[in-house]
Amino acid sequence: MSAVDPIIHRPVLAGLRTGRNRLYLTCLAFAALMVAVALAGPWLAPADPNASDLGAALTGPSPAHPLGADAAGRDTLSRLLAGASASLLGPIAVVLFSTVAGVLVGVTAGWFGGWPDTFLSRAAELLLAFPALLVAIVFVSLYGTGLAAPVIALSLAYLPYVSRLARNLTLSERRLPYLAAYRVQGFSGLAICVRHLIPNIAPVVLAQSSVNFGYALLDLSALSYLGLGVPPLTPTWGSMINDGQSALLQGHPLSAILPCAAIVLTVVAFNVVAEHWADRVSRRRG
Amino acid sequence: MLEVDGLSKSYGSVRAVRDVSFTLAAGGSLGVVGESGSGKTTTARIILGLERPDAGSVTVDGHDRSLRLGSVRRPDHSERRPDRSERRPDRSERRPDRSVRRRGRAERLRLARAVQIVFQDPFLSLDPRLSARTVLRETLKLHFPDLDHARRIAELLDQVGLGEREADALPRHLSGGQRQRVAIARALAVEPSVLVLDEAVAALDVCVQAQILNLLADLRERTGTAFLFITHDLGVVSQVTDHLVVMRQGEVVERGTTAEVLADPRHAYTRLLLASVPRPPG
Ligand SMILES: Nc1ncnc2c1ncn2[C@@H]1O[C@H](COP(=O)(O)OP(=O)(O)OP(=O)(O)O)[C@@H](O)[C@H]1O
Ligand SMILES: [Mg+2]
Repeated sequence: MSAVDPIIHRPVLAGLRTGRNRLYLTCLAFAALMVAVALAGPWLAPADPNASDLGAALTGPSPAHPLGADAAGRDTLSRLLAGASASLLGPIAVVLFSTVAGVLVGVTAGWFGGWPDTFLSRAAELLLAFPALLVAIVFVSLYGTGLAAPVIALSLAYLPYVSRLARNLTLSERRLPYLAAYRVQGFSGLAICVRHLIPNIAPVVLAQSSVNFGYALLDLSALSYLGLGVPPLTPTWGSMINDGQSALLQGHPLSAILPCAAIVLTVVAFNVVAEHWADRVSRRRG
Repeated sequence: MLEVDGLSKSYGSVRAVRDVSFTLAAGGSLGVVGESGSGKTTTARIILGLERPDAGSVTVDGHDRSLRLGSVRRPDHSERRPDRSERRPDRSERRPDRSVRRRGRAERLRLARAVQIVFQDPFLSLDPRLSARTVLRETLKLHFPDLDHARRIAELLDQVGLGEREADALPRHLSGGQRQRVAIARALAVEPSVLVLDEAVAALDVCVQAQILNLLADLRERTGTAFLFITHDLGVVSQVTDHLVVMRQGEVVERGTTAEVLADPRHAYTRLLLASVPRPPG
């Protein structure tokens, strides 16, 4: 392209632009990699994540254990890879469920207004009043261990954030004449919502959802750190941090720091990607 | 053809429209002029069924639209329809534009073919995700499912003067005038009896305005659609309308043929409006 925006010619701004873009691409790649690992992790793990090789306990990286081993002599790399699915699929399920249900609730409330709005918004506020983790702990204590209980609890806890956003977006979107034009053209409210309203608010909602992914990952890690939510013997990044505490105190931090890093990096990557999407939307609208 | 009779509408204490009546003949062109806030858009929204009048009726081709709209107003708990509950009307004052609800598909389509609209803001009246071609295909699928869509789309694009490139471009890659052409094509696709143009050229520069006005005059001749031309600009109105209604503070203060009103304004307000039009030389 020859007719380039003059801003790009200013070296500092150009650097900023490509720098931001590179960060986004890196994070996108990392996020995609994490999802791939979550799906294929158990098969990627070089060793049995629960096999303890006591001779190697608390050793650093070695050919047999590329990322070292924890206090029980379990291979850290294998546990990270095998733990990815339990650590990531939970939050993904939370995000999927809370997004679908939240959009349904929020768009319905915003589109119809009146008493459906009052009812749905009050109900969502009620959910908001309970701290997510507390609800999750109650669910786990009621329905036993397993990923389902905390996932459902967290989905419910995150739903109001999505529905509130979707409702506000719907309210501002429905003032736009293009939606009125579709109504005048004879399209049904349902068709307009599904084909025009939701696709147009989707990028912002998805951005919020991927932020929620970060929080859900942290919450579920906290739960598994507390020993709740996942069946025993299933490694997760949260439980690895828990197991790694003693190693940390004994001066062999690797087995605790690596799952921490995995959590932080994944959360950051998803949030950067989310922010980039939201940014693109606002620029498109601007 | 289009008969508006005794329309009134208040928002709280603001009487936006007061006892407005006018008629628009088939294939005719009527201008509704007035300053900002005189109730022009409110009148248009009532005609379109986006807003419910407090009183009065709108009739197109003998079908009373406001009667349909009026039937929306029913006691809140008179009827329970579980899964259609979404179609329940909302009676709150602040969101009156939901009166299009609770109509069957056939009724919706019939109302759509009576009146279509082109909005003022070409930047907000198109779905930012869809190209002109997609927009037209959607509308044609709804209204004329058996038609050869590709041919009709080409015909419509040609009518409004859009090329192949513009047809597949997203709205953000089109100019204001081009977007307005897309909006006009979308409205015409329904083949309405009446096309309402609410300040449809106000956001465009003078040169593009003239192009669009020419286009509209041309389309009126070719399609036989009646035009309801809403504007605050008497200069625009003189070019495209046969008849004129002057509104002020929600009321009609003057009416007549465009030539008459412009040549010999009766009402002081019309004279004021006329005086404020920058006259082209000659
Ligand atoms: N939804 C609404 N709620 C409250 N008041 C409204 C609403 N819509 C219009 N009004 C009021 O009704 C009056 C008429 O507004 P309307 O939009 O019909 O004027 P207009 O002639 O179209 O003006 P303009 O030339 O600026 O578009 C104004 O005083 C306006 O403030
Ligand atoms: Mg207006």
